[in-house]
Amino acid sequence: MATREIMGTTVDVNEEGYFIDPGQWTEEMAAVLAQEEAIGELVEGHWKVLKFLRADFEEKGVIPSIRRVKNAGGIPTKDLYALFPDGPLKKSSKIAGLPKPASCV
Amino acid sequence: MSEEKIKKVSIVCSKGSLEGVYPSLIMANGARMEGIEASIFFTFFGLYAILKGYQDNIKIATVGNPAMRVPDAKGFPLPTWMGSIPGMSSFATKMMMKEMDQLDIPPIGEFIEMIHDAGGKLYACKATVDMFHLTMDDFCPQVEKVLTVGEFYDLSAGAQIIFT
Repeated sequence: MATREIMGTTVDVNEEGYFIDPGQWTEEMAAVLAQEEAIGELVEGHWKVLKFLRADFEEKGVIPSIRRVKNAGGIPTKDLYALFPDGPLKKSSKIAGLPKPASCV
Repeated sequence: MSEEKIKKVSIVCSKGSLEGVYPSLIMANGARMEGIEASIFFTFFGLYAILKGYQDNIKIATVGNPAMRVPDAKGFPLPTWMGSIPGMSSFATKMMMKEMDQLDIPPIGEFIEMIHDAGGKLYACKATVDMFHLTMDDFCPQVEKVLTVGEFYDLSAGAQIIFT
């Protein structure tokens, strides 16, 4: 386990920079993380994804699959890929302060 | 990890059984999830995965599959004669689909749609299309094009080719 500093706060992360404890994340940190992931400025569409991921993770204890983001979160797969190109679930999970997704689908 | 990252994969799906089709789909979808360019070239019986009206009728082979065990992966080996009982293949398929649904692995039709929406490209093999007397109208709308082998290699420039 490693730590890093985001906006003056020290948080626990794994070796790839994913949060260990989603409770250490704040909405303000998302902007910094989005810049690092080359997503740019977060707009409403991004927030819809981030909020669904966090709510679903809190409820289920695992990162939802892309299919679940589509079916339960109401976010079309096309939109998800457009909002977070080059690894949508990994990037959105990282920005949402969640652990690394561990599923194959 | 000093090795260069994989940037592009071309997957050949040549088998029309459930266990033939899913690995192709999971690998293509997984590639897109990692930001890797992905295309699938469906050939021979693999074509049924993109054939309108047949996509969700794809079944597990319960005959000629010595690794097949029932009722679960650590159960007893299913003898070939038992695997040939009418309805066995459908039943085994239903059981496995239930397990897959729990893991959020979609049915084939929905999976093809997801891969397409994720930016994956789907192609049909011309030789098989001609041999089976099919046209573009027979395929689900996500299919990009019918390709010759030459065109497939052209499109696969710089890609890792995976045959399943």
